[in-house]
Amino acid sequence: MTGRALLSVEDVAVDLPTARGNLRAVDHVDLALAPGRTLGIVGESGCGKTMLSRAILQLLPKQAKLAGRVMFDGQNLARCDEPALRKLRARSLAVVFQDPMTSLNPVLTIGTQLIETLQEHLALDLGAARKRSAELLAAVGIPAPEQRLAQYPHQLSGGMRQRVAIAIALSCEPRLLIADEPTTALDVTIQAQILDLLAREQRRRHMAMILITHDLGVVAGRTDEVAVMYAGRVVERAPTQALFKRMQMPYTEALLGAIPKLDAAPHAPLPAISGRPPDPTRPLAGCAFAPRCRYADGHCASAKPPLSAAETPAHHYACFHPLRLAEGAGA
Amino acid sequence: MLGFVARRLTYLVPVLLAVSLLTFLIASLLPGDLAYVILGDQATPDKVEALRHDMGLDQPLLIRYVGWLGHILQGDFGRSFRTGQTVLQAVAERLPVSFELMILAELAGLLIGVPLAIVCAARSGGAFDRFVTSSAFGMLSVPTFLSAILLIYLFAVELRLLPATGYVPFAEDPLGNLRFMALPALTLGFAEWPGIMRVLRSDMIATLQEDFIALARAKGLKPSRILFVHALKPSSLTLVTVTGINIGRLMGGAVIVESIFALPGIGRLLVGAIYTRDLVILQGVVLLVATGFVIMNFIVDMLYAVLDPRIRHGHA
Repeated sequence: MTGRALLSVEDVAVDLPTARGNLRAVDHVDLALAPGRTLGIVGESGCGKTMLSRAILQLLPKQAKLAGRVMFDGQNLARCDEPALRKLRARSLAVVFQDPMTSLNPVLTIGTQLIETLQEHLALDLGAARKRSAELLAAVGIPAPEQRLAQYPHQLSGGMRQRVAIAIALSCEPRLLIADEPTTALDVTIQAQILDLLAREQRRRHMAMILITHDLGVVAGRTDEVAVMYAGRVVERAPTQALFKRMQMPYTEALLGAIPKLDAAPHAPLPAISGRPPDPTRPLAGCAFAPRCRYADGHCASAKPPLSAAETPAHHYACFHPLRLAEGAGA
Repeated sequence: MLGFVARRLTYLVPVLLAVSLLTFLIASLLPGDLAYVILGDQATPDKVEALRHDMGLDQPLLIRYVGWLGHILQGDFGRSFRTGQTVLQAVAERLPVSFELMILAELAGLLIGVPLAIVCAARSGGAFDRFVTSSAFGMLSVPTFLSAILLIYLFAVELRLLPATGYVPFAEDPLGNLRFMALPALTLGFAEWPGIMRVLRSDMIATLQEDFIALARAKGLKPSRILFVHALKPSSLTLVTVTGINIGRLMGGAVIVESIFALPGIGRLLVGAIYTRDLVILQGVVLLVATGFVIMNFIVDMLYAVLDPRIRHGHA
């Protein structure tokens, strides 16, 4: 983390009231991101990564309770009122959601969905906004952009739809883009294209980006820093290279182990993390990963390991039995 | 789009045939012989037999149906043996009244129901939403004859603002016509808005949970644009269905309301035909109304396609 942070998430917690009791979706998370840098947030489904992104964007469900501060460029977004937030949206903070099938409005043309964003934030007349929309579509690799403006989302393929969603997100030159599992709903062959497109535009526009994914392989070459989340907490945080060189947290190792390998023998069982994450409405006293962890002992079940610094700079992890002591693991 | 319309139109043929058969059967299976009704006091067995033969009533049901249908396909719906008026004349005379009432009533229902639904959905669970939702529930259980009487009491008797009964054609006196129509339309509108409100409200609430609404918010759009442009259109499919069914239902003339307010519409024609056992009129009117209902539903299908491009392009 060099330079002044564009975004800093300070002690953020999100509680959701459910029929089964209070659900702590995000459990006191601290993160920071400098301008133009990329942060990967990795974790399995239900670990709170999407709720964290919604908390940053101030798009939490109505009944959710947010604690802590979300500082963006010196302002606490959690304290901003709607009109102030509206001014920041698209121009400062933009988002690409997971499934472009559901994140684009099915009854409005692609042109409408792009133009309305441009006209809301930039003083453009309709002609200029149309022209700019076509340029944006061309920039994200959509052929025949002029014709696409008149089409509806269902007339495009999944990959094309996600490109449209990215064009919308980029339309007002945001300083921070949050991509929430932008490739999960897409074909494998398209995934790399979309990720490369995001990486290219991120560098070109010098915009900060948070890339949320369940796939450690996705963040490997494309982020400056990675935060691994489990059960609402950040359990390991490090510069990407350092993380892959010396991961400390058994969960990170297990997550990496769960990526199918191309060179695995045919019909070999897919590696998986046994067990399931703890019920978020019934928090455990100790480490949330302990029941699934092969290094866990009695101490892990009774006390929560704090997020503490490793020997390498900027590397933090929350574990009593970090891997370098167990040694011999890794991918 | 043209192919879509043509496809839907071909579906109409069997439906309309079934409608005509049912209409014919209902009137034919009513107890009492038409010949006796026509002859009245002068019915002797010979005369009845002769008339039955003249009218073809001694033929088998199927032959009579085919003959009746054949005439109808040539535009001959028969004529009333009482007034001598043809069915088409009788309907054409009264249709404008019922049609106007139907449009005004649905308009009143929509004008009350749609804004309430949008406000309630935007603030669902709030005090206003709870108040409106429970009043709608109450309104649903108020029968039209009761709200008609209450409205007459308030506007005609107490405030003396509007006439309680009577009718002038719109062409003769537009303002007078609207004054006569106001209370009946309002009465029906009062019965319509709770359904409209509830359907649109729940669809809007569901739509507001969608990802594309979250994205619209993330784009920094104004709340009014999110509600009216992004949420209203995808939420209105059920509303269009309900409105279409309502209109179809009102096409048969609002029997009770037309009777209370003495409006010379289809509903009154139908009631009169039943009282006087004017079976030809009854059959003809029911068939025309049912056909209108079917066509209205066809229009609703077309409106779906206008609202949702996925239906238009044959994806859904």
